[in-house]
Amino acid sequence: MATQLRINGKDVEVTAPPDTPLLWVLRDEIGLTGTKFGCGVASCGACTVHVDGEPTRSCVLPVEAVAGAEITTIDAVNGTVAEAVQKAWRELDVVQCGYCQSGQIMSAIGLLSQNPSPTDQDIDDAMSGNACRCATYHRIRAAIHRAADTLEG
Amino acid sequence: MTLSTTLQTSRRSFLKGSAALAGATLVVGYRADGALAAADTAADLNPFVRIEPDGTVVAIVKHFEMGQGTTTGLTTLIAEELDADWARVVPEFAPANSEIYGNLFFGGQGTGGSTAMANSFMQYRQAAAGARAVLMQAAAEAWGVSPGEVTIEGGVLKAGGKSAHFGEFAAAAAALPVPAEAPVKSPEQFRLIGKDGLPRKDSSAKTDGTAIFAMDVKLPGMVYAVVLTPPKFGGLLTGFDASGASEVPGFLDARPLADNSGLAVYATGTWAAIQAREAISAEWDFSGAETRSTDALMAYHEGLLDEPQYVVRGDEGVAEAIGGAARTIEAEFRFPFLAHASMEPLNCVVEPTEGGVRFHDGCQFPGIVQPTIGHLLGVDPAKVEVVTVYAGGSFGRRATPKADYHVQAALAFQAWGGDAPVKMVWTREDDMRGGYYRPMAAHRARIGLDADGRIAGWDHRLAVKSILKGSPFEAMIENGVDATSVEGIGDTHYALPAMSVGLTDAEYGVPVLWWRSVGHTHTAYTMETLMDMAAEAAGADPVEFRLGYLPGDDADQRRLAGVLKLAAEKAGWGSAPEGRFQGVAVHKSFNTYVAEVVEISLADGAVKVEKVTCAVDCGIAVNPDVIRAQMEGGIGYGLGAVMRNTITLTDGEVDQWNFPDYEPLRMSDMPDIEVHIVASDEAPTGVGEPGVPPVGPALANAIYAATGTRVTTLPMTESGVSFA
Ligand code: FES
Ligand code: FES
Repeated sequence: MATQLRINGKDVEVTAPPDTPLLWVLRDEIGLTGTKFGCGVASCGACTVHVDGEPTRSCVLPVEAVAGAEITTIDAVNGTVAEAVQKAWRELDVVQCGYCQSGQIMSAIGLLSQNPSPTDQDIDDAMSGNACRCATYHRIRAAIHRAADTLEG
Repeated sequence: MTLSTTLQTSRRSFLKGSAALAGATLVVGYRADGALAAADTAADLNPFVRIEPDGTVVAIVKHFEMGQGTTTGLTTLIAEELDADWARVVPEFAPANSEIYGNLFFGGQGTGGSTAMANSFMQYRQAAAGARAVLMQAAAEAWGVSPGEVTIEGGVLKAGGKSAHFGEFAAAAAALPVPAEAPVKSPEQFRLIGKDGLPRKDSSAKTDGTAIFAMDVKLPGMVYAVVLTPPKFGGLLTGFDASGASEVPGFLDARPLADNSGLAVYATGTWAAIQAREAISAEWDFSGAETRSTDALMAYHEGLLDEPQYVVRGDEGVAEAIGGAARTIEAEFRFPFLAHASMEPLNCVVEPTEGGVRFHDGCQFPGIVQPTIGHLLGVDPAKVEVVTVYAGGSFGRRATPKADYHVQAALAFQAWGGDAPVKMVWTREDDMRGGYYRPMAAHRARIGLDADGRIAGWDHRLAVKSILKGSPFEAMIENGVDATSVEGIGDTHYALPAMSVGLTDAEYGVPVLWWRSVGHTHTAYTMETLMDMAAEAAGADPVEFRLGYLPGDDADQRRLAGVLKLAAEKAGWGSAPEGRFQGVAVHKSFNTYVAEVVEISLADGAVKVEKVTCAVDCGIAVNPDVIRAQMEGGIGYGLGAVMRNTITLTDGEVDQWNFPDYEPLRMSDMPDIEVHIVASDEAPTGVGEPGVPPVGPALANAIYAATGTRVTTLPMTESGVSFA
């Protein structure tokens, strides 16, 4: 029943049943706990990872569906966009409890990778699937704009 | 060392031990007799600050971090008095020990009521001032100068051309007596308090996935458990069939909890446990359960308004004043149950120890968990250790006087045999349906205005379930009145000539709890909507009308008037752009004064919340940016709830299951927010909750200004308001 995955640039063989959501394989089996469980039904975004660069909700994604795909998690995400986003997040002290923030950051990196200078409407569209119960939205928006400015140079 | 040596602290001590080759540590804290003392270990004093041999300053944080900024705030106090380098000061969560780390406002160790900064402000500064004094003394002795010649800047001690970091004098300082009156700074000497530019201590770990929450804890040999609980509050397990679960890979067993409050389902992973539970059926005894629907419960609350049980305020002549009034206003308000719905579903890990247990938890009330679990498991409460990790939100939910989820986890741990770590996880559905809601409430008010449009009499009644009754905090109830039911009305600071406030405790079987700003969640809404109605009846401007009842007779009225004027000025009150409508509210809660102006627009009849301008007076603003963040977050949290959140019951069963039907505020709903902090020399007061109460009524008042509709039943969507 082993499934071959490629996570954060490494090949990993996992033994969970193939219909197990990627989220639980990452968290419980591999020990990559940066990706969070918030709802389990694709409605909060806490579990967002990149699958071939696309922000994806890992809580409803069976591992068998991503065998062979490039999976990136918050624990290892890197590159200029990721650096700009994390730097902006820190400069503006976006976080409160922090539990949603891995997912927010993965979604924001996904957005800026596709669209280097998003409008407020673009941000609403890309980020509305990521809930933050601490309501840090105001700063998330500002941080995305700031990261976009950094990337523009 | 205290009995509560934690895994984390013992690991740290190990590291410290290796570093100790290069020098010793300095620990400063309070002795049992309350005096400040210094030592090289925490053996016989209660440490609040520790200096490592390399000069790192460790602030021992007695409160937990749910996002409110305590790990930054208490650390600021230590850094300030030591004139430390901010980059070299690190927070460390204190172990569970109410004697040492109790909340000075309520005794046991715990966080709540927006008290973390307020109760710690002098305690932490004095401890750090003590550390500063012995470090300077040690340096002076070594350098042969007088202590008055030694200065500290950016964590460096200096005198007569010599300089050293704190660690170099830690050992010598540890041997010195701490002066009884080590002076703390006066406000004009502050270099960090009140200043921007101190990055949050938890920002970095929370932006790269390394911050550890209880959900992330994994121990060797750990078993995962989810609990199948009765679909109605108060139901009891009478039987179950787990045969279907045997097919689920990873399923281990299903065992009843000792009190039959549920069935623990064990597995080798979280997903397997969740899957196994789906395959299990159970039978319940509902004879002691709450089986009413929320419609029936609300009708029951409304019936309770006719004859109030308790007199909260009983001025003379209210009935006469209303009877003889030129105009009267009457209104009824209805508030639903609300779930806290923190982002991290509740969970914790229970681990066996020598003669006790160790919890890994984002623990809000260690002072409750220790005795409760000690009693439940028959162990010495001091042997109930708590490793405090980051909490993924709380909003009051983790501050449970009955330690409900800890008890459930301990029962699951016990049923598994008590010899292996058990991680009990709630799914979002468990969290949504797990009770301990903001209680539903009904209010009725009659207000009489005289011919000049002045309020002559105000009769206010409300019915709500008491949070304190039957809890360990029951002693706080005075003359039958649970202050958390009526705070914000019974003690209103408006100069009202004749007011009566009557309260009736509603009784039902759904557990209720404080929800970010507690009673103020419904009292501010009614008071501030009614003040708007009265202003309208009087033909007065809502801001001017309120100021007329805040004549400045006392500090409360002056500070309320101060924030109200500031918010109005900054929001451009009365000169909203074309197509925008404003509403205002002002309220004091947790000793903090907040006014908010909400500005909305309408598109095809749908409301869009465009902007919220907030003014806050919380005394000395220790970390202005944390205060702004708490106001922003409180505004967002309050907005989402009044707009569309409700927990309803059908025949005692919760109808909502997950975020799709308890829709949180989203990015696209979030208004622009501006926060203005009133400069103040008063002692710091709470900021976690006070941003919440004014936003609901300010929005309601803006909606009235735009549409002529008074929203008195929440959530607003149930009153026919639609949002863009
Ligand atoms: S946990 Fe996956 S979207 Fe909420
Ligand atoms: S920071 Fe707490 S949920 Fe987003």
